[in-house]
Amino acid sequence: MSTLVLDQVSRWYGNVVAVNGISMSVGPGITGLLGPNGAGKTTLIALMSGFLAPSAGTVTLDGTPVWRTTDVYRHLGLVPEREVSFGYLTGRRFVLANAELHGLPDPGAATERALEVVDMVEPAARRIGTYSKGMRQRVKLASALVHDPSVLLLDEPFNGVDPRQRLHLMALLRRMGAEGRTVLFSSHILEEVEQVARQIEVVVSGRHAASGEFGEIRRLMTDRPVQYVVSADDDRRLAACLIAEPSVVAVALRPDGGVSVSVADFGAFALRLPAVTREQGLRLLELAPTDDSLESVFSYLVEG
Amino acid sequence: MNRTLFALSAQAVVGRRRGVVLLLLPLALVGLAVVVRLLTSDAVGVEATVGLGYTLALPLVALLAATAVLGPEVDDGSIVYLLAKPVSRHTIARSKFAAAWLTTTALGALPLAVASLVLDSAHPGRALALGAAGVVAGTVYTALFLGLAALTRHAVVVGLLYTLFWEGVIGSVLSGVKWLSVGAWGREVGHAVDDLVDAGGTGLGYAVVAALVVSVGSVWFAGDRLRSFTLRGDE
Repeated sequence: MSTLVLDQVSRWYGNVVAVNGISMSVGPGITGLLGPNGAGKTTLIALMSGFLAPSAGTVTLDGTPVWRTTDVYRHLGLVPEREVSFGYLTGRRFVLANAELHGLPDPGAATERALEVVDMVEPAARRIGTYSKGMRQRVKLASALVHDPSVLLLDEPFNGVDPRQRLHLMALLRRMGAEGRTVLFSSHILEEVEQVARQIEVVVSGRHAASGEFGEIRRLMTDRPVQYVVSADDDRRLAACLIAEPSVVAVALRPDGGVSVSVADFGAFALRLPAVTREQGLRLLELAPTDDSLESVFSYLVEG
Repeated sequence: MNRTLFALSAQAVVGRRRGVVLLLLPLALVGLAVVVRLLTSDAVGVEATVGLGYTLALPLVALLAATAVLGPEVDDGSIVYLLAKPVSRHTIARSKFAAAWLTTTALGALPLAVASLVLDSAHPGRALALGAAGVVAGTVYTALFLGLAALTRHAVVVGLLYTLFWEGVIGSVLSGVKWLSVGAWGREVGHAVDDLVDAGGTGLGYAVVAALVVSVGSVWFAGDRLRSFTLRGDE
C-alpha cells in the first residue's frame, strides 16, 4: 500500500507554467488523470515518477521525495507514452533486462510471469521492431510490472490500442487496483476514465480543476449551463419568450442572426422549446449546441 | 558497472546500422596499410598511414561508439526505461562507457597496431607503442564524446567538428593546442613505450594526468546529466 502525495507542486519553463500549484494524494485503487491534450498530464506523470524536478512544491512517495531518489523505483512502475525504441531486442530480452536491472532474485521467472500477465508469452521471442502498437504497449507494461510494484503510473495507456486489447488492459488495471496497488493513468477521454477509475482527478491548463469520485465528476460535467444557438422567423420575439422560461439563464441576440441561449436545465429546456414556439406561433429554423466539445466542458470546470 | 547495462549497450552499438560503419573504419585503415605495403618497400609511410588512423579513424570510432550507447536513447526518451530502476545513474554512465570503450579499443586502437605491423614488421615495439597511444587517446575520446552525448542531441556533429578542426587542422598549425589535444597526450604515452613514435610535446606526466582527469570527469559528467534526465511529452 503506497501513497503518492503532491503538495503545491508547480513546474514552469521560463515564462510558461506547465503545472500550477497542484496538490493531490494518490492512494491505493485506480485513479484516472483526466484532461485535454496539452493540459500537463505528461508533465504531472513526469513529476510523479521522478523524471522532472518540481519548480516549487514536493512530490513524495510514502514520505520520500521522488526526484533524484533512484530507490523509489523499487516500488514504482512507469509506463511512459514514449515508444520503446529497443527494436533490436526481443520482447523477452527487454523485459528480462528490466528484471535484472531491478536486481530481482529470479529475473527469468519474474519475466515469464510479467509476460503472462500481459498475454505476451507467445510473441516474446520476436524482436520489438516487428511488434504492433498494442503489443509494444503490452511489452512496456510487462517491463513496468516485472518487479511487482505497489505504484503503477501509465501515460495514455489506451492510445492506439485496439478495442479488444483495450478491454484486456482495462481488466488488468482493475485487477491491479483491486489488489491494493496504487494505479494512476492519464487519458483525455472521460468515458475511458469512467470505465476503469473510481477516483478522477481533472487537470486543465496545468491546474487541478476537479477531483472526486467518477459520479461527481460526471455531474460536474453535465450539470452546467449549455450554450445553444436558436433561430426563428422572429428572433427578438423568440428571445423575449425564452428568457421567461425558468430553464434559461441568459439570452443574447447574435449580430448575424439567431439567439444565443444559456440553458441551466437541459431536460426542461428540451421539453419547453417546442411548446413555447408553438404557443407564440413562431417558426423554429435552427437549434444547435455551440460548445459540446470536451474542451469547453473542461474550461467550464476551470472557471466554475 | 552493471552487466545488464553493459550487454544492452553493446547491443546498441552492434545492433544498428552504425555497427557496419564502425567495422568499415578499421577495415579501411588496415586495407590502406596493406596497399601501401604492397606498393612500397618496408617501413615506408608508417607515420602517414597510421597517423591518418590515429587522428581520424580513432576519434571517429570513439564518436560512433560513444554516441551509439547513449545518443539515440536520450534523443527519443526511451532511456527512461533504463533510468526508472534502483540503479545509480553514475553506474549507468559507467556501464555505457565500458561498452563504448571496449568498442573503441578493439576497432580504433588495435587496428593502429595491426596497421603498423603490416607496414613495419621489423619493429613490433612501434606497433605496441601506437596501440598504447591509441588506447590512451581512445579512452579520452570515448569519455569526452559520452559526456557530449549526454549534453546535446547534436553530439555527432559537434564531435565531428571537434575531431576535424581541433585535433586535425588547428592542432597541426598551432603548437600550443597540444596542451589541450587528446591526440598529443596519447602520442606522449606512445613515445614513452617506443621512441619511433613522435612525442606529443607535453611531457609524460602532464599527458597521463590530463588524460585521467578528462576521462574520469567526462564519465562523471555524463552520469550527473542522467541524474537530471527529464521526461518530455510527445508534443
